[in-house]
Amino acid sequence: MSDIEKREHQTPERPVPWEYATSRESTEIVDLQDRYDLFVGGRFVEPKSGRYFTTINPATEETLAEVAEAGEEDVDLAARTAREAYEERWRNLPGKERAKYLYRVARALQERSREFAVLETMNNGKPIKESRDVDVPLAAAHFFYYAGWADKLDYAFPGRTPRPLGVAAQITPWNFPLLMCAWKLAPALATGNTAILKPASTTPLTALLLAEVFQDAELPPGVVNVITGPGGKTGGWLAAHPDIAKIAFTGSTEIGKVLRRNVAGTGKRLTLELGGKAANIVFEDAPLDQAIEGIVNGIFFNQGEVCCAGSRLFVQESVFEPLIDKLKARLDTLRVGDPLDKNTDVGAINSRDQLEKITELVQSGIDEGAEIYQPDCVLPERGFWFRPTLFTNVSQSHRIAREEIFGPVLSILTFRTPDEAVEKANNTPYGLSAGIWTDKGSRILWMAERMKAGVVWSNTFNRFDPASPFGGYKESGFGREGGRHGLEPYLDLDGGAA
Amino acid sequence: MSQAAEIEHREPAAMRSSSKEATRLVARTAAVDAVGLEERAASLGKRSIKRESKLWALDLAIRSMDLTTLEGADTAGKIIAMCSKGVRPDPIDPSIPPVAAVCIYPHLIPVAVGQLRGTSVKVASVAGSFPSGLGPLDVKIREVREAVELGAHEIDIVLNRSLFLGGEYARAFEELVALREAAGSAYLKVILEIGELGSYDRIRQASVLAMAAGADFIKTSTGKIGVSATLPGALCMMEAAREFFHETGRRVGIKVAGGIRVSKQAIQYLVLVYETLGPDWMTPDRFRIGASSLLNDVLMQIGKERTGRYQGPDYFTID
Repeated sequence: MSDIEKREHQTPERPVPWEYATSRESTEIVDLQDRYDLFVGGRFVEPKSGRYFTTINPATEETLAEVAEAGEEDVDLAARTAREAYEERWRNLPGKERAKYLYRVARALQERSREFAVLETMNNGKPIKESRDVDVPLAAAHFFYYAGWADKLDYAFPGRTPRPLGVAAQITPWNFPLLMCAWKLAPALATGNTAILKPASTTPLTALLLAEVFQDAELPPGVVNVITGPGGKTGGWLAAHPDIAKIAFTGSTEIGKVLRRNVAGTGKRLTLELGGKAANIVFEDAPLDQAIEGIVNGIFFNQGEVCCAGSRLFVQESVFEPLIDKLKARLDTLRVGDPLDKNTDVGAINSRDQLEKITELVQSGIDEGAEIYQPDCVLPERGFWFRPTLFTNVSQSHRIAREEIFGPVLSILTFRTPDEAVEKANNTPYGLSAGIWTDKGSRILWMAERMKAGVVWSNTFNRFDPASPFGGYKESGFGREGGRHGLEPYLDLDGGAA
Repeated sequence: MSQAAEIEHREPAAMRSSSKEATRLVARTAAVDAVGLEERAASLGKRSIKRESKLWALDLAIRSMDLTTLEGADTAGKIIAMCSKGVRPDPIDPSIPPVAAVCIYPHLIPVAVGQLRGTSVKVASVAGSFPSGLGPLDVKIREVREAVELGAHEIDIVLNRSLFLGGEYARAFEELVALREAAGSAYLKVILEIGELGSYDRIRQASVLAMAAGADFIKTSTGKIGVSATLPGALCMMEAAREFFHETGRRVGIKVAGGIRVSKQAIQYLVLVYETLGPDWMTPDRFRIGASSLLNDVLMQIGKERTGRYQGPDYFTID
């Protein structure tokens, strides 16, 4: 051995000239218009309100386009148009005919996937590798999946007679703009409902591009209408409109509570997919090197702007130190910056408001005595950016362990026994998702039974499939999207309505 | 076995584990999740590097190459030709560096030593009943010793998969220790033959065993079976080497071998090395590629990066 130790090693060149090429996706594929109108009755129409608002690229703060602000009259027109399309066209169409349109939309999404991915990244700030590999393919997959159900509804619920409800008002968030449109529209249309889509006010562009796809697919006019505007006003009018039979909302718990109060007693059906504060639980026997990837994906995917983000990490105390060392080292290699560069891991925060909210909560973590770790990366000068952040020394009572941050911020806590992990993980008003990392199959099942969360991942995180139902417990909302379960919120199973 | 035990007794090396510990070491080895590992390898495989970095990477790929021929039909003539190719990969371009080593059967070591005298290119020899590793231990030890005596600077041995997969970790470990001793001051590369190990958990355990036995390098494959080096398999070994470094402070090198024919693959492995082990491993002392036809592809890519054009295959010598 002594010989070996004495042997001289060539020292590697310092610094190693190793740089990844900026591989920037061209924006030329996107044909941006200066101004977007409302999509009602199969056409783009100027808003009666006469008002427009601007939408920006959060990575550069540049204005991308002006978008119509739907007033009360516009909402009314959209609702009546959708009602008419429902009664005169869509509900009477055989399921296999409805399916044809959905298949067309799915194929068009695949054919125009690059265009959608680039536009999504420009308007939302998420890395192109995510919009390209996750958002757009999954959106297409949802249309394909529910197209398959359209002519099989009679077999989906044996012994029941499923009938559509009418007009669905669908209010979507800014974190997965296109994907959430697909989650909402595909099951609604497959089950014979018509829809009014109200995309988030900071990210309306892919929903408007999707409207073009509906035109190209020759979807009967009025079956899908897209109205844009601020959530409080436009969304409020839409939810309150008497022609609406069902409301599907994805967004904050705060707005979800308002909606539920307003809908109470109206007979309208409601599903809510709200906030979360998911526990990602790592046991000492877990495949640690892969758990690191899962933890990183759990909280830094989409800048942590994910309702099911694994924002609370519970680590078994016996592996706390090696895990934290590995996690910090991995954080140092994360590439934060230009979302259009395909090597980028973490993109821009969606808006200044959101950036301020994250900044405020992170400051509260520091003030309450948690220990912060951020890698030393260079952030672009313009745009909304937040460094990937870890907090250790976090306790259950800290705000950063209780409130949804919706940003790239991970709070790390420890536990000693499986019982303690269950108790701490469930000790939150939310209940959307959870992650369990262990090499022991029986422990996965034992834990999954006890997690009060709608989705439980084991040895992976943030994995979605159109065949798998998604939704929450407690303040994370109710109702399921995806799978056969995702049909139910859009159907009257005893054939009473319609 | 007595021989191995004797060596152990004579030289209780601080950096090496005892054979009893070896069994515990294997049992304690961290689990590997196949889905997560393969996803990570695939995502790193998509990275593209800058042009200047690419030229440096291609240069490093040559400097890290073990130019290999391990055929039953190898002759002195074949070795002489390969040695001159290794010393001067491009006869008209002196800026192209020589390869790290030539990798050959022990029988031909004297030829290679003669050819490479005065150059930086090392002679690496397989030994220890390559490629199965199933010869009698004393024969394997003698083969390693003789290879060193004949002038080999580096020895590539194979893990005894029969013992390892049979759960006889202590014996597999003792064999490695004995061969480590026999190799003396020569670099020792231990081939795990990951295509025969059946799971990433096994690859990680075998990596740990070989590193604890004193390997300077752990190597993916012999190139003699259907499945050779794979990105996730190599990543699994690199993660084991990273952990081993954190625990012991000793940096063990990684050699990927078998089926690496084009520059793109070589660069993908370098991305894995950079992201997993860091710049300290970006040197021929800690990273090697065992290959033969890869060299001409790298030369062709270097020409393309420099001139913007590809040259025809007949402009690259076949040795």
